[in-house]
Amino acid sequence: MSNGSAFLGLPAFPGAAREAVGNAQLRHNLRKATHTIRSKRAAVVGELDDWEELRAAGKAVKDHTLRHLDHYLVRLEEAVTAAGGHVHWAADADEANRIVTELVRATGGHDVVKVKSMATQEIGLNEALEAEGIRAYETDLAELIVQLGDDRPSHILVPAIHRNRSEIREIFLREMAAWGEPAPDDLTDEPRVLAEAARRHLRKRFLTAQVAVSGANFMVAETGTLVVVESEGNGRMCLTLPETLISVVGIEKVVPTWQDLAVFLQLLPRSSTGERMNPYTSMWTGVAPSDGPRNFHLVLLDNGRSRVLADEVGRQTLRCIRCSACLNVCPVYERAGGHAYGSVYPGPIGAILTPQLRGTTSELDASLPYASTLCGACYEVCPVAIDIPEVLVHLREQVVEGGGHRAERAAMKAAGWIFADPARLARVQRVAGRARRIVPRRLPGPGAAWTDTRDLPVPPEQSFRDWWAAERGRPTTPRSNP
Amino acid sequence: MSSRDAVLARIRAALVDVPADEAVDGPRPSEASPPRARVARDAVLPLLVEHLRDYRAVVHEVAPDELAGALAEALRRRGCKSVIVPPGTPVAWIAETDGIELLDDTTPLTVDRLDAADGTVTGCAVAIAETGTIVLDAGPGQGRRALTLVPDYHLCVVHAEDVVASVPEAFPRLDARRPLTWISGPSATSDIELDRVEGVHGPRTLEVLLVRPTPGR
Amino acid sequence: MRVGLFITCVNDTLYPRTGQAVVRLLERLGCEVDFPAEQSCCGQMHWNTGYGKQIEPLVRRFADTFAGYDAVVTASGSCGAMVRDNHPKAAARAADPTLPEAVAAVVPQVYDLSEFLVDVLGVTDVGAYFPHTVTYHPSCHSLRLMNLGDRPTTLLRNVRGLELRDLPGAEECCGFGGTFALKNPDVSAAMCADKVRHAVGTGAEVLCAADNSCLMHLGGTMGRQRSGVRTLHLAEILASTEEFPA
Repeated sequence: MSNGSAFLGLPAFPGAAREAVGNAQLRHNLRKATHTIRSKRAAVVGELDDWEELRAAGKAVKDHTLRHLDHYLVRLEEAVTAAGGHVHWAADADEANRIVTELVRATGGHDVVKVKSMATQEIGLNEALEAEGIRAYETDLAELIVQLGDDRPSHILVPAIHRNRSEIREIFLREMAAWGEPAPDDLTDEPRVLAEAARRHLRKRFLTAQVAVSGANFMVAETGTLVVVESEGNGRMCLTLPETLISVVGIEKVVPTWQDLAVFLQLLPRSSTGERMNPYTSMWTGVAPSDGPRNFHLVLLDNGRSRVLADEVGRQTLRCIRCSACLNVCPVYERAGGHAYGSVYPGPIGAILTPQLRGTTSELDASLPYASTLCGACYEVCPVAIDIPEVLVHLREQVVEGGGHRAERAAMKAAGWIFADPARLARVQRVAGRARRIVPRRLPGPGAAWTDTRDLPVPPEQSFRDWWAAERGRPTTPRSNP
Repeated sequence: MSSRDAVLARIRAALVDVPADEAVDGPRPSEASPPRARVARDAVLPLLVEHLRDYRAVVHEVAPDELAGALAEALRRRGCKSVIVPPGTPVAWIAETDGIELLDDTTPLTVDRLDAADGTVTGCAVAIAETGTIVLDAGPGQGRRALTLVPDYHLCVVHAEDVVASVPEAFPRLDARRPLTWISGPSATSDIELDRVEGVHGPRTLEVLLVRPTPGR
Repeated sequence: MRVGLFITCVNDTLYPRTGQAVVRLLERLGCEVDFPAEQSCCGQMHWNTGYGKQIEPLVRRFADTFAGYDAVVTASGSCGAMVRDNHPKAAARAADPTLPEAVAAVVPQVYDLSEFLVDVLGVTDVGAYFPHTVTYHPSCHSLRLMNLGDRPTTLLRNVRGLELRDLPGAEECCGFGGTFALKNPDVSAAMCADKVRHAVGTGAEVLCAADNSCLMHLGGTMGRQRSGVRTLHLAEILASTEEFPA
């Protein structure tokens, strides 16, 4: 997975998280936002008494599709083509960027309007277009905030979640003029007023745009239908008004049938924005006579997904519908913030998706599977039941097999040696018990990670097994292993 | 090898664990569970009204013979001087709109004309009570998608017969080959501190006239 | 009923009082408790840190040690979950082809203490006396993997003299996470600080949980802060009587 240059050369997770933990404003913004959406989600999910059945259906549909992905992609291609669309296949980010660049060039245009899309962020499309002299205008409010602020996204649903209203006001006042319609001088930090400023800033651009670039939340193999789920109407503007529409979509976004879509339109909005239904969902199939774009191109993106598919434990990651419920409940995300994950995919899903798409060779990517306490809150809310803790542990094994950390490997080996023989364990316990008076307040080296904020537990004079032997008269130590 | 072939080959290689005889077109998991009856039949219309209002749509319930009057009244209350009327709109709906300019889109209006209009009047294909959703399929009386997007006001007529209880029930009534727009309240954003604000790029006001069932039907 | 006590290496080494409390409690309720000394560790630390392929001998040892008991009771939610959820996975890829069967035979007998009391013995009032204010942290693996639900709080509510105070944000992780506390110390400490703030804010004298690993982390932080709140394992409160107070 190649990435927007914005994410190159970032520190590993623990270091990046340290900075975020120390940023009180960021902590406050994240806490407020994630707790708000958490309770909204819980309320609307609670309205459906068959949520668990829906969740199981979502998992089953996605698993079935993934197990026959080649079949459904070919069907999708046939249906889109029959409906007047053009289908392109991109093996990686560079190829996808090249295809989109050429398609935009062919229209003679030099700018595009964009619907928020994780896939195009993943491949760094905006930067690739910029290098070819084509400017991409983000139209989703949060993406606009990130683009104007020359910032990086920190959340899948709300990329500017790390910004509060007064920061957004400042960005609008400072940057909007350079990108088009300036912000009004009397701009306040009221969300309603900020949204109005975004409307005015983008209005003319929407009404005159010739080319739009989008992703898609779902693609229906049976009918060739693409689906974009959104709230603001910027998606509808991009999908409806321009002459040419280019959609870059990951190959895992396909579902088999029209009726299958019903499952996901129940799961996604409630999990994502915590609404019964999001304000706007657009569905289109190829090109419609006298309604919407006259040219439609679908770019099917692999970019590492087929590698994820090949891993029987990791495969479930491709069920993800990018709702971001796992981010909103994750206690680690809440404190570390999205930027610490060094990828457009932050939070628990990012911690398993990024290392699978990019591999675990860089220090950052190898640190991501460890960015979790395995508390399981993510799995509990995932609408397609991705067992994120299971995949995290699976990826930790890959990191260890790839070399891991030398001191840790030695420590694990030593612990394994002690636990292999209860007699040895008993001897170690007795040594610890004798040394109990000299437990230090602070440990040197890696142990300082514990004692910087916590006291060490004082070992008891007698372990449980020695107490039992003394009280119950059983042999103190069992037969030693040879 | 083309990229198409390369990607498909990678996918097939990744799926070596899937038995060759595993059925592709078996019963769909989504059809395995029967449609749920979460909502009692007589609760469907009240629920639609409640959920539309929940997301800040303005809703009026009218009898069939009150529709023309209510529609004209809504437009006047809003101060509309010119509204777009899609091809195929029943004449009876707009019978009392004297003094309001009706813009015909039979010959497509320019985007600037759409932008200058005060609103759009449409019907709908289906409405879903459980989610407070109206689905447009660009059919007669609904028109192309831009008509309900560019003007700042959307007045939608929903007939009781077109209301279903839940999302899965809407799908068999819809034709995937038509461009579909699912609308649940006016445009909104939660992008600032996850605080929901109505009104961004799409129409900032959604008004619904729910036409009660014809007596005796 | 013959109960095998799975003490867990952390309790054995650092918290023998918890094990003693389990023995006292179960014997008070009429169980025959045995501590098979061949037991060592469930392999959770190795498994969760990415060294899962090294734990086959520990899985074998567990299955052999606890074969044949009517019930295997543990006082650690995360170790119980390790055995239940992950020993079968580890066995499935073990070199020894007989291991899956051995694991499958023992796993259904494994219970967390509160599960064993409520579901197997059918007891919700264990006759304990503990005249103190207590707040309960459900701990993630007890809550989401062992699915203990309201069993621990039901047991606590029936303890004579005990006043249970609700812990705000109870279901949120305390930030321990095994080696997470060492690999990501800043996030771990930030999570712990919030949990401690909530616990101290209840005004309770005791912070209780069904997992001593979480309590080691929480207690270590509260000790450093001199918060005055002490930590106690659920078993120690349930074992507490006027004669033997915890």
